[in-house]
Amino acid sequence: MKTFQYERAASAETATTDAATPGAKFIAGGTNLLDLMKLQIETPGKLVDITRLPLGDIESRDDGGLTIGTLVPNSDLAAEPRVIEGYEVLSRALLAGASGQLRNKATTGGNLLQRTRCYYFYDTATPCNKREPGSGCSAIGGFNRILAVLGTSDKCIATHPSDMAVAMRALDATIVTLKADGDRRRIAIADFYRLPGETPEIETVLEPGELITAVELPKPVEGARHLYRKVRDRASYAFALVSVAGVVVMDGTTVKSAALAFGGLGPMPWRNPAVEAALVGKEASDATFAAAADALLADARGFGSNDFKIPLMRRTLIASLRELTGA
Amino acid sequence: MSDVMMDDPLRPSGLAQGQQQILGRPLDRIDGPAKVAGAAIYAFEHAPDRVAVAAIVGTPVGAGRIIRIDTRAAEAIHGVVAVITDDPRMPAGQANSRAMPAFQTDTIFHYGQPVAIVVAETQAIANEAARLVHVEVEAAPGRFDPRAQPVEAKPGIGFLPPIEIGDVDSAMADAAVTLDATYTTPVHFPAALEPHATTAWWDGDAVTLRISNQVIGAARNTIAQALKVDKDKVRVLAPYVGGGFGGKTGVGAEAILAAIAAQHVGRPVKIALPRRQTAYMVHHRSDTVQRIRIGCDAAGHIAAMAHESVVAQNDQGQFLEPVPFGTLPLYAGKARRFTTGLVRVDLPETGAVRAPGEAVGTFAVECGMDEMAERLGLNPLAFRRLNEPTVDPTSGKPFSTRRMLDCYDEGARRFGWPDVLPDPASVRDGEWLVGIGMAAALRGNFTVKAEARVHVTPDGRAMVECDMTDIGTGTYTVLAQVAGEMLGLPIGRVDVRLGDTDLPPSAGSGGSFGAGSAGSAVALACEDILAELARRMNASPEELRLKDGCVMAGGRQVPLADLLRGEPLTGYGKTGPGKESQRTSQASHGVHFCEVAVNAVTGEVRVRRMLGVFDIGRVLNAKTARSQLIGGMAWGIAYALSEDAVVDTRTGTFVNPDFGEYHVAVSADIPALEAHFIEEIDDSANPVGAKGVGELGISGAGAAVVNAIYNATGVRVRAMPVTLDKLLADLPPI
Repeated sequence: MKTFQYERAASAETATTDAATPGAKFIAGGTNLLDLMKLQIETPGKLVDITRLPLGDIESRDDGGLTIGTLVPNSDLAAEPRVIEGYEVLSRALLAGASGQLRNKATTGGNLLQRTRCYYFYDTATPCNKREPGSGCSAIGGFNRILAVLGTSDKCIATHPSDMAVAMRALDATIVTLKADGDRRRIAIADFYRLPGETPEIETVLEPGELITAVELPKPVEGARHLYRKVRDRASYAFALVSVAGVVVMDGTTVKSAALAFGGLGPMPWRNPAVEAALVGKEASDATFAAAADALLADARGFGSNDFKIPLMRRTLIASLRELTGA
Repeated sequence: MSDVMMDDPLRPSGLAQGQQQILGRPLDRIDGPAKVAGAAIYAFEHAPDRVAVAAIVGTPVGAGRIIRIDTRAAEAIHGVVAVITDDPRMPAGQANSRAMPAFQTDTIFHYGQPVAIVVAETQAIANEAARLVHVEVEAAPGRFDPRAQPVEAKPGIGFLPPIEIGDVDSAMADAAVTLDATYTTPVHFPAALEPHATTAWWDGDAVTLRISNQVIGAARNTIAQALKVDKDKVRVLAPYVGGGFGGKTGVGAEAILAAIAAQHVGRPVKIALPRRQTAYMVHHRSDTVQRIRIGCDAAGHIAAMAHESVVAQNDQGQFLEPVPFGTLPLYAGKARRFTTGLVRVDLPETGAVRAPGEAVGTFAVECGMDEMAERLGLNPLAFRRLNEPTVDPTSGKPFSTRRMLDCYDEGARRFGWPDVLPDPASVRDGEWLVGIGMAAALRGNFTVKAEARVHVTPDGRAMVECDMTDIGTGTYTVLAQVAGEMLGLPIGRVDVRLGDTDLPPSAGSGGSFGAGSAGSAVALACEDILAELARRMNASPEELRLKDGCVMAGGRQVPLADLLRGEPLTGYGKTGPGKESQRTSQASHGVHFCEVAVNAVTGEVRVRRMLGVFDIGRVLNAKTARSQLIGGMAWGIAYALSEDAVVDTRTGTFVNPDFGEYHVAVSADIPALEAHFIEEIDDSANPVGAKGVGELGISGAGAAVVNAIYNATGVRVRAMPVTLDKLLADLPPI
């Protein structure tokens, strides 16, 4: 671990200005960052500790939605009655992730910013464009079992590891931030993450010093069925090979509305409007589900050891849609 | 001194005279309270005054040559005490070997080969500085893909030579029903939870190492050789070891490097290998390719059995995974062939990991038996019973004890094994395909030399002493039970000191020989004491009865303390293999039954229940023995489903050398496991009559799971582990 400067933030405002300097990072639960620092994959010159800031509440809004403070631990969020009641998919996704100990420490904002678990990102002896821009991608042509089949570039095929963020994506969450210049932003989760393209080291639209202060969920979808299905290599404590977060409303046997997001497929929590378009207004049937799977995977491309993810996702999506629609 | 090698069957009479009734009972571990309270101090926690912390620098490529090592940037870091690159005793090549580490060399044998030690005031500083040591290399192409290398048929290393009895090829040609199938297993890491660690300090020309190691007597010899000091000047301490799984046999480079560093800086130095570095500095189990051929007559009698394997080793290693070892005595059949071919690779050394040989060998042979039973139209259990041998079918020797058939009967009854198996892929429970499978378990029994000293003290207590280790297995407790039983003392009045090479040399923990061998030395030391007590009672040793601190003979009952007359009494026991060990074929036996569910959509496998019945000789402690067995079964589930250390064949690096991506089983993967015993004291094995337990549970366990997956899905996967991608294409259409 490299020596670093540590500052405890006195307020959100000073935290953002403290962290705006090059090489500075926020720290909250530290469940990912500290591991990466020990391996010298992350080598921040300064850590700005935000854990004492008053950003740990869950509040109901007048519009029927929920505002989740950035410091709310994953365990608390999963157990929150308003979440279980209105956003079951989120609770299920949280409980599908990590372990009890990690969920106790990991925070809402930090979970959104998890770094990839790509094997080569973790191996500092091998090239990785995300870790060391311009060095190359070892995963292309290497072992890539857990890596992405959608949204990749010839620079990077990493996946985003979060379960929570997949549910947030299906729920159309909004990420609320405070910038170093004092401005606040509200960023739709659809606009929050960036595809790797030529710059896989840049993963979100956050600016230097910009602090996530909260995540807003819109009013719960009435009459919806929720599902989070995670497929993994062991029964617990493994990242998703593929996962589905679904929020579906039925009108008889017809799909009235559908929000579907996917983990393990791409460099960000994945959502494709064409999947939902293939479902909404259609009769819930295997033919409809197959069309949705076709829409999701039309552009999917495997890299050898992760080829299986494409048929696995197709099967998992169809089974999930049967459950969500009761078909 | 009672010095009895196993030249004849033996049961010390004192084992029958003890009236304490504690041997075999499921007692809690006597070291448990210290462990849960954090009072049991492990190697890296040991903190002598002025201790410095070190990190090891490894080579950045897997083959080639070191040109120079630039340490200037590392030395410039505040808090760095020393950077050592040029000590002629630095281990190279053999990262972890029973033999002496090779001399310093500029040749790179494998990725991560240790080339420099950074000693600093804190771990963080040492790690940061280690990153700044620049190892300039000239990289060369390496042999990183074991499957792409030529096979040496007779490698001349390892303990198991090729065996050929009769003519397998013609027996196969004549057989009515045959199987010829090839199975593979991947690289396995030992994966002990406690890091591989050493704290070392010098006092003049004598060195002490507080180490995480399974066999400290052998370690001491290796350390003395490597450091070029007299072995009397080396003391090795390992009172607590947090798991070994074979990885802590031999001596890790970190131990040698800690001692070298401590001498250089004139301070105690400690090193714990970080998890990722452990993959390169500690040996792993070789991947294996195993061809099984079985030929039977129409009724299912085996006429030919061939188990031919290929394993990997680097140019320095002397170990050869004895893949077919467990198959040798397993089933009848006249024509037999067992081979272990070798491929040379430029990877870290392969070595003993969790039941070397049987853990992976039983996977192939027991899956082969399952496939063969189906071809014969026989219940796999009936097929095995039909081919149960009466003498060792390879050596012709009589079995010391063999209760395999009783294990089959008891296991089938307890599990509810049916006479007719459900057809493959015929049982469905919602989205899950359900199946059952079984496999035999066999692990060769080894007894090794062991000595022990037992004192009884005037306060009526006993102290057991030997350099045995307890690697989480229960050694402290079982040795206390042996002594307490024989001396008539409750467990609370027996103390046990282990893990110090100043104590009598014992077996160490490995090869499942620890409890039987060390326990026997303790039993013989107690015999020594009983002889003296009998003399003081004017009785023959056979007349003595001992219980609750009292000695009884000839109608008299005398408190033990009174017989000691204020002076401690010491017994010394020594035992080891002898003619009886050669005359008989010895193994522990058992059977696993398993039920799995396979998700018909995704191919995810969940073990629903698993039950084993085991013939392990005398049970020394029913709780720790059971823990050993169910621990082995859990490892077997992990072998079957998820453990897979992947080598990047472009670089010779491991792709997944951490617990995030090297998937050992987690609690959610393991259902309630049942382990039951068939107890028959084996007087040919060793004086306490206990056979090996530790590695038996894993032997055959993976095969039972894979056979159950076949029954559930109709998909036969011959490449471990059975990850869902290997099932997906053959699952029912969605």
